[in-house]
Amino acid sequence: MQLKWEDTAINGNGNNGARIGVYICHCGTNIAGKVDVNAVVESVANLPGVVIAREYKYMCSDPGQELIVQDAKEFDLNRVVVASCSPHLHELTFRRATANAGKNPYLMHMVNIREHVSWVTDDPASATEKSKKLVKAAVQRIFWHEKLEPRRFPVNPNVLIVGGGIAGIHAALTLASAGKQVYLVERKPTIGGHMAQFDKTFPTLDCAACILTPKMTAVRQHPNIHLMTYSEVSEVSGFVGNFKVKVKRYPRYIDEEKCIGCLECIEACVYKEGKYVNEFDLGLGKRKPIYMPFPQAVPPVPVIDPATCIEFKSHKCPKGCMEVCGDRDAIDFAQKVQEVELEVGTVIMATGFKTFDPNRVPQYGYGKFSNVYTSLEVERLVNASGPTLGQVVMRDGRRPESIGVLHCIGSRDENTNKYCSRVCCMYSLKLAHLLKEKTGAHIYNFYIDMRTPGKGFEEFYKRVLEEGVSMIRGKVAEVSAWPQSPAEEGKLILRVEDTLLGVVRRIPVDMVVLSVGMEPHADVAEVRRLFNLGCSVEGWFLERHPKLAPVDTFTDGIFLAGCNQGPKDIPDTVAQAGAAAAQSMALIDKRYVEMDPNTAWIDEELCSGCHVCVAMCPYTAIHFDAEKKVAVLNEALCKGCGTCVAACPSGAAQQNLFRDEQLFAEVEGVLV
Amino acid sequence: MKTHPSGFEPRIIGFLCNWCAYTGADLAGVSRMKYAPNIRILRVMCTGRVDPSFILRAFQLGAEGVLIAGCHPGDCHYQEGNYKALRRATLLRKMLAQFGIEPQRLRLEWISASEGERLRDVVNEFTEQVRRLGPLHAEVLRREPIAA
Repeated sequence: MQLKWEDTAINGNGNNGARIGVYICHCGTNIAGKVDVNAVVESVANLPGVVIAREYKYMCSDPGQELIVQDAKEFDLNRVVVASCSPHLHELTFRRATANAGKNPYLMHMVNIREHVSWVTDDPASATEKSKKLVKAAVQRIFWHEKLEPRRFPVNPNVLIVGGGIAGIHAALTLASAGKQVYLVERKPTIGGHMAQFDKTFPTLDCAACILTPKMTAVRQHPNIHLMTYSEVSEVSGFVGNFKVKVKRYPRYIDEEKCIGCLECIEACVYKEGKYVNEFDLGLGKRKPIYMPFPQAVPPVPVIDPATCIEFKSHKCPKGCMEVCGDRDAIDFAQKVQEVELEVGTVIMATGFKTFDPNRVPQYGYGKFSNVYTSLEVERLVNASGPTLGQVVMRDGRRPESIGVLHCIGSRDENTNKYCSRVCCMYSLKLAHLLKEKTGAHIYNFYIDMRTPGKGFEEFYKRVLEEGVSMIRGKVAEVSAWPQSPAEEGKLILRVEDTLLGVVRRIPVDMVVLSVGMEPHADVAEVRRLFNLGCSVEGWFLERHPKLAPVDTFTDGIFLAGCNQGPKDIPDTVAQAGAAAAQSMALIDKRYVEMDPNTAWIDEELCSGCHVCVAMCPYTAIHFDAEKKVAVLNEALCKGCGTCVAACPSGAAQQNLFRDEQLFAEVEGVLV
Repeated sequence: MKTHPSGFEPRIIGFLCNWCAYTGADLAGVSRMKYAPNIRILRVMCTGRVDPSFILRAFQLGAEGVLIAGCHPGDCHYQEGNYKALRRATLLRKMLAQFGIEPQRLRLEWISASEGERLRDVVNEFTEQVRRLGPLHAEVLRREPIAA
């Protein structure tokens, strides 16, 4: 392809050649502090096609955009190049400005000379040179731009919320009360998430279940919320406004419609006592094969675990459960996995977190010494509906007279997780308070820093200090049971450097509480592939912008709420869930989405019928017309990746906004 | 940053995919990470869009190195475009050797949207590698394409 670009002043679209306006933004000192913007203007002002070249302090501001509008009129521009920040920030802004100037918005191209030049280059001369080349490339590229129309698609008003913890619950209630149909999918047999496992919440010491269960009941009763528990999303396809989702519903062997929640089936089970690990109580308590995860579970329907229920093993169980259920006939051992298909417009990910596994730090003796607990286990211990009915009784049956609460387990550590998990200082203080209240024991909190930034947090810290809890500044190095004096017999000994006193101490305690940090779920890699989401290095779902778009993702139409985006406490989780619901609503109420028309098309005349593109398309947007013997592209299915265009040997396939001519022009512009 | 004894500064073109690598480069910018200024970044929606003829054209016009950066395998925003890029780059490197262009001058990297640091390291390392390889051999460099 001959590319003498002086020839490219095409008389496209009824204009007499390209008339380009070039705008170099200072962005305050962000760009101008490193790049000589005047030199860049000078370098492009005399390029063929350039009618006006300017620099301006803030192109994205109203007067900046107004410049484009004015110049378009005065100089009869038909192309605009803006050299400023990343198109991810302001491409839409400048497309709108171009449209306001009465020109087609796709006759505008942005050059990134901030994130990709001024912010990453030390030497001003190199930065200026690089900017000149990039702007020149854009000027050459824009000759080949054509008028295009954005594509519009309707938005399905239904919403899918994945995860039924406090984040998912709050988002669901918000959207449902706005009249949207919400599908709430939760993989456990009950909603409530981790919050249902807590006893009291900081700093108000509200009972977690008391504030959560009314919301859980509201979810169950709301006509607009379709609750699917014991279910998982198995497949996602489509795009913003038009997602098709498959959900697998696992059998609980009890019919949710028929069950009245009397729980007599659990009473009547052949097992007189619980024998199997109770997951909700983290193994501290036992359950029968037929069980309720916790008393206020929603839906209030028991679950039968096929791995432990005798009927599944021998088929000979007298089935006391069925007998006592009688003519309600809610128990159904023949239930199978069901697959449900949903059509939704937006998705909110509210899948939460898991706690750090203390087996990774064996120096703290978790699993080795029976009286070492994680913080979440202690929540169950102090909870009145927990395995010990709220009594602080340790695994060996004793009641502790001294307790050590170890902050930062797994967190702020080069060897495990580098980040601070945000909530642990506050919940450690809370647990110290609760344990002190219930046992009167001597409590020690071992901390690196005390992080109490929220409303009422510092006041709570002061209160716990006044209650006589000992605060020792030093992260505990190890927990051992090797006594070196009579006072240490039968105790767990904490070795710690007390940095305020400047000595290494050995502190004997009866019980150790490990304040474990938050981590992403173990299966986050699979879940993100399902939804096509990015993750940060640690595994948290990636937000579109850490400050200005904390609930959006890079996949339009999918939003984040709660701890799956990063550690946070309940108030922040609820706030974020509200934000995600709002973003979802904004899309739904707009009724349509506009997508950039960067789709591909195939020129029938040039197509040689080689079939190469047909198999390339991951969206099966191309099929072969056997009659005409050419490939035909369905624009509605095209997502605009351009793979077929790169593969086409005849140049018959082209991509709008990323035409071969445009890219060749850019390559030339930066090199020649 | 070291300089070639002759003061030679290579020109490098980068084709970065919009969703991962380009965003990763934005992150490097936002985090004010500094890297070698030799690279000129061009945006494509997917590395699957990168036609081998763009790369050949780049070398023909005097680029001393070409970087293609896209999403990690399995993470492509368009499912499989990055695999196509991988296949094309592999084949193209064989051809480049036959043209007298060192295959190391074409580099394919997977850089995710959160890997600003990795982008900086890749750009610095690649720039240094190309600097050591030196300018393209004179007979390879042809400013004008062969007349059609």
